[in-house]
Amino acid sequence: MGDYILEMQNIVKEFPGVKALNDVDFKVKRGEIHCLVGENGAGKSTLMKVLSGVYPYGTYSGNIIYNGNEKQFKSIADSEQEGIAIIYQELALIPELSVYENIYFGHELMEGGVINWNRTIVNAQEMLKKVKLDVNPSVKIRDLSVGKRQLVEIAKALSKNVKLLVLDEPTAALNEDDSANLLDLLRQLKDQGVTSIMISHKLKEVVSIADTITVIRDGSTVCSLDARERRISEHEIIKYMVGREIDNIYPKREKKTIGEVCFEIKNWTVRNPALDREILHNVNLNVRRGEIIGIAGLMGAGRTELALSVFGNTPKYSITSGELFVDGMPKRFRHPKEALDAGIAYVSEDRKGNGLILIQDIKYNITIANLQQLTEGISLNENKEITIAKEYQSSINIKAPSIRQLVGNLSGGNQQKVSLAKCLFVGPRVLILDEPTRGIDVGAKFEIYSLMNKLVEQGMSIIMISSELLEVLGMSDRVYVMSEGTITGCLSAEEATEQNVMAMATRVEEEV
Amino acid sequence: MSESKETAKVGLGGELIGLLKSNIRDYVMYIALVVIFVIFGFTTNGLFLSPRNLSDLVNQAGYVAVIAIGMTVILIIKHIDLSVGYVAGFLGAVAAILMKNGVPSWGAIPIVLVCGILVGIYQGTLVAKVGVPAFVVTLAGMFIFRGLLSLTTAGTGTIIIKDKGYKAISNDFIPDLLPLAGNIHTLTLIIGILAILLLIYSQVKARNNLRKYNFEVSSMPIMIGKIVFLSVIIMYIMWTLAGYKGIPWTAVIVAIVLLIYNFILNKTRLGRYVYGIGGNAEAAELSGVNVQKITMFAFCSVSMLSALGGILYSSRLASATPTAGTGFELDAIASSYIGGVSVNGGIGRVTNTIVGAFVIMSLTNGMNLMGIDISYQYIVKGVIFILAVAFDIITRNKRK
Repeated sequence: MGDYILEMQNIVKEFPGVKALNDVDFKVKRGEIHCLVGENGAGKSTLMKVLSGVYPYGTYSGNIIYNGNEKQFKSIADSEQEGIAIIYQELALIPELSVYENIYFGHELMEGGVINWNRTIVNAQEMLKKVKLDVNPSVKIRDLSVGKRQLVEIAKALSKNVKLLVLDEPTAALNEDDSANLLDLLRQLKDQGVTSIMISHKLKEVVSIADTITVIRDGSTVCSLDARERRISEHEIIKYMVGREIDNIYPKREKKTIGEVCFEIKNWTVRNPALDREILHNVNLNVRRGEIIGIAGLMGAGRTELALSVFGNTPKYSITSGELFVDGMPKRFRHPKEALDAGIAYVSEDRKGNGLILIQDIKYNITIANLQQLTEGISLNENKEITIAKEYQSSINIKAPSIRQLVGNLSGGNQQKVSLAKCLFVGPRVLILDEPTRGIDVGAKFEIYSLMNKLVEQGMSIIMISSELLEVLGMSDRVYVMSEGTITGCLSAEEATEQNVMAMATRVEEEV
Repeated sequence: MSESKETAKVGLGGELIGLLKSNIRDYVMYIALVVIFVIFGFTTNGLFLSPRNLSDLVNQAGYVAVIAIGMTVILIIKHIDLSVGYVAGFLGAVAAILMKNGVPSWGAIPIVLVCGILVGIYQGTLVAKVGVPAFVVTLAGMFIFRGLLSLTTAGTGTIIIKDKGYKAISNDFIPDLLPLAGNIHTLTLIIGILAILLLIYSQVKARNNLRKYNFEVSSMPIMIGKIVFLSVIIMYIMWTLAGYKGIPWTAVIVAIVLLIYNFILNKTRLGRYVYGIGGNAEAAELSGVNVQKITMFAFCSVSMLSALGGILYSSRLASATPTAGTGFELDAIASSYIGGVSVNGGIGRVTNTIVGAFVIMSLTNGMNLMGIDISYQYIVKGVIFILAVAFDIITRNKRK
């Protein structure tokens, strides 16, 4: 079997400060279904973006050999020309256009300078037949379920005469039936000679469909397993996905005094009105005083949604049922202000998007959530503001020449510290940290871990959402694991091993 | 920011260049104002700079200035209000009708201001609670209030205002309490001197405060230079006004509105939230800021100030006309942008907006004196407006 449709050799892709891909080798045989697995941030999506030309030739090093020839894709159009189609997690369909318009969007069937709609519709019907989707081609995309939209995407790829189909977590948003349906379709396409690369977190699907499984970890290829030779178990894959030593970068807490339960949610069920779908189902979770709990899970498991729905972000998340208790008292926050007043603070995963106001300075950002404390009469005491900002600057070591520095000019680690300072100034009893160390360097990470330890020693409770498994294991007293909007397990620090958590996050054990 | 710190070591010249570089946006606005004054001074043979005309200019700029202050808040939170012109026109007509029917001016004015707030509640609710884009809501408002203005003036055409007190707002001057020297309005000069003393006091206090917390401060000569420059301008204006009839009441009203809004934006929670929402509404919301409430405030405030603008305008003309308010929205938006409000929101100062209003109204006034056709005036204003915004975007991008 030496016939490879695609060989990516020694791919290195660097972003400022991070080596996202470090010497990756990736070979795909003609006519197979090849699964690409790895932890969040391992580099799977980056690799596929290199392949598709999203990161054009020249911004990475290494070779791409496709159908025996070296290729230098400068744009997505180049790779599409060669029959490579990528279907992303966030579907690239236009909701207000019909199915047939979407299928031929960007490569319209032209005749004498105008679009031949009749031929478009007839051809679209043919494509829909190929993906076994029984809908009227003039139906609008917005009226289709996510599963059907996915099939339209594939039909679109087929209409471009695809040879190599790449699917980035195609089943992440699908239910069991739709997922099974999609996997069947991939098998049929394989029989028709289409090669597929599938990125997936759902290992059960991976072992059932893959001919070859490539595992990527920390931007490097760990191994490529031939699933046709022998049956590969999910546990084996997990072992390769996480298999590394825990370095001692997690500071130990000196004294642990864990008290009463101070924050609890019961049967928390949440709908997302925009997506019109239930995103959290019966979540139960509690935190004790002086405790750090970790919430582990893969991307899209619903962890941020859980935090934001608790925090009172009601326009985006509507809570259909469930109870929330702070110190045993039932609560329900309709606005983040109410949550802050009740002593719940949330540090966003997306510092630049919704955590900080980048065009304002450090002191502004630190004090914005608790200006009441600075208000005297009707005006703000700016001297007090400066004093407070300076205190935080020195106590949590925000490295900046002045507290009047614009936050947009700070490094990621220092931005994160400002974000933390903002929440600490509220004087919270429960601190929700969403990906507290994403995109920051090791030194700043250690400082943030130490700060977390100090805070819980003082009696605060911390809920830490993190996609970095090692961080969850290194810092937490208890670990909750989420998958597809539910808690799939709660493990004590002793029980929580990488294998156990990964198994729950990928739902190896169905009912927990 | 680090730029000015480095140049501090280079000496005075270096500091000056650094200062110019980092504040070029503001300085250009002042330079533009000076250039406009010089050009019109020449082309009108000094008529433009005459005490009488400068006094008129203040009265003309007044109604645009108050509306522009409200517009600045709206633009900072990344919305827009296109309806301000016709709201001003319509509510000015309402005031005229009220007084025609025997309501005294001291009753009509508060009623009209409350009507302004009601307009703001209507538009603010649609924007903040329902989620209709402000552009759409206020474009509709433009039509609605234009229609209402025509309706109110339909029977009589122009409504003449006879109330003396009302007319005085935009045509009269503060009384001279200490008429010492014949033709010179002494109280005006005294206010000028007090303003300069206040300026020196606040500058010195601010500087000392910065030093107390070890922030970088500009060097002594630079600060003195700045104070002298501003004092000369204040004294020039006051001297000119004193040579005519003194400070117009309009200027007093604009100054009060300016002081209130400057205080709100810089010294209160409300102001912080306004800038926060403009900078990043989602982050502000997650920091506990009630974005809906603040948006409501901004719309109520701009409509109330439009009502005030309508009062000043109808007082100035001593009548309510069917065309009152036409084009005010452009003048107000242009004033804000020329005054340095960022097109991306989150940045802007009402004090600079006032300067922007003077730039725009000087253009109008000067071109009127030169007898330039209104069609050309529109084109010139449009070009200046777009240049100001383009320049703003270019300088901001460079700083990044």
